[in-house]
Amino acid sequence: MTRWLASHGRALRDAMDRLRHPLLPTALSVVVIASALALPLLLHLAARNLAMFSGQLDAEPQLTLFLDVNITPADTDVIARRLAKHPATTRARLVTKTEAMADLRNSAGLGSSIDDLGRNPLPDAFVVTGPEGDPTRLEALRDEAAGWPKVEHAQLDALWARKLAATVRIGRVAALLLAILLGVALTAVTFNTIRLQILGRRDEIELSKLIGATDAFIRRPFLYFGLLLGASGGLAGLGLVALSVAVLNHQLSGALALLGGAGGLSGPALADAAAVVGIAAFLGWLGAALSVGRHLRRFEPG
Amino acid sequence: MIRFDHVVKRYPGGQEALRQVSLEVNKGEMVLLTGHSGAGKTTLLRLAAAIERPTAGTITVGGQNLSRLGNRGIPYLRRNFGLVFQDHKLLYDRSVFENVVLPLRVTGFGAREAGSRVRAALDKVGLLAREQSNPVELSGGEQQRVCIARAIVHRPAILLADEPTGNLDPENARNIVALFEVFQQVGATILVATHDADAFRGSAPRVITLSAGAVLS
Repeated sequence: MTRWLASHGRALRDAMDRLRHPLLPTALSVVVIASALALPLLLHLAARNLAMFSGQLDAEPQLTLFLDVNITPADTDVIARRLAKHPATTRARLVTKTEAMADLRNSAGLGSSIDDLGRNPLPDAFVVTGPEGDPTRLEALRDEAAGWPKVEHAQLDALWARKLAATVRIGRVAALLLAILLGVALTAVTFNTIRLQILGRRDEIELSKLIGATDAFIRRPFLYFGLLLGASGGLAGLGLVALSVAVLNHQLSGALALLGGAGGLSGPALADAAAVVGIAAFLGWLGAALSVGRHLRRFEPG
Repeated sequence: MIRFDHVVKRYPGGQEALRQVSLEVNKGEMVLLTGHSGAGKTTLLRLAAAIERPTAGTITVGGQNLSRLGNRGIPYLRRNFGLVFQDHKLLYDRSVFENVVLPLRVTGFGAREAGSRVRAALDKVGLLAREQSNPVELSGGEQQRVCIARAIVHRPAILLADEPTGNLDPENARNIVALFEVFQQVGATILVATHDADAFRGSAPRVITLSAGAVLS
């Protein structure tokens, strides 16, 4: 057991020496791996931030029925009853023109301009909330209610929020596909790096086999090398992403405030970061394992 | 200990390096393998260490039939051997010490015991003072002795040496022969391929002469 541990310790130290010793090729490989990881990670973050932003908005589908400006209270009652009976309605609330005006005055800071109008141009309106997760029924209600007497206009509010959600989904799928493609690229990069290492160490590998080293013993430092290379690339990739997020936040701070997003874009969460480094380390190990397995066979007795 | 039974080695292209070779080296015996260049001495050693596989015939080492030994078993077979190569096969990116310690690393010796064994082996070949040198700084003869130190550091049961005295002056050659004798006295089996049978005359080994891939005597 201690022999086994000592052998692993030695292989790990050996791998670290090989990473440091010719520093330039290692640094180049790390940069390639870091960029390959940073791309899908940035896309993933963009999708997540967009999702968080759209979540802050009212994503529950809402139908607003704007009524005729000259509607009588009796007509309003008729509409209220029809809405209450309708199966697509979970909740219907009357927003009178006075309430709407007060809202506008408070939220948009248009106090003095509105006072200049002299009269209230807004109509009464019903705000109807539909069953959650089933916007099609509310769409049907919109089409129906648009034909009712004294209803000027029916507007489904959640439509653009749904488009946003769809965009977010596409973004996530794209990030995933890109991650898979670049994962393959990352494996290829380590495969090739290890191949060059093996060519540079032919004498050592051949001699090790002649003096009774097992394949596992010969393979071990290369596997650690791949693992460390992948993990370093992962860490560097996270660094690139953190830097990009900081730059974006700085550049976009004005635009973000306008959109009402609080605090700007968020960087990768700790779990995401750990997963990125873990996956990168695994892919590095995989590339090394494939490469060493392929090249060790050349040294078998003929 | 080592037994060849009608062993044939034919290389791609039809060149026959060994033809129906049968011989036996007993445990604790020292045997010299002589013959002209190209007589098949090196091939015979390479077959014994399973560096190459025979085309026909059976090779047995320590009772184990090598043709039944899969690639996975080869590393454990090789740990029984000390190999002295004609071209030394030293690694020039590390010190003499790091070269000699390799067989001990492979079997997982602790650092302290490995260190004392390496120094003992280097002392036997007279190179203790050079343990931190790079092999490049050493003469051909000294490199040969480093190779011998590496071959004996793990105290193998069998020593296979290809021209171990080839690059040595008479005095160093005598030292190596004396070292092989000591090694034989503690029970090792030794098979030496050499042009220089005279250097070993003092230890009166059995001599097997190869000619064009066949045993002459």
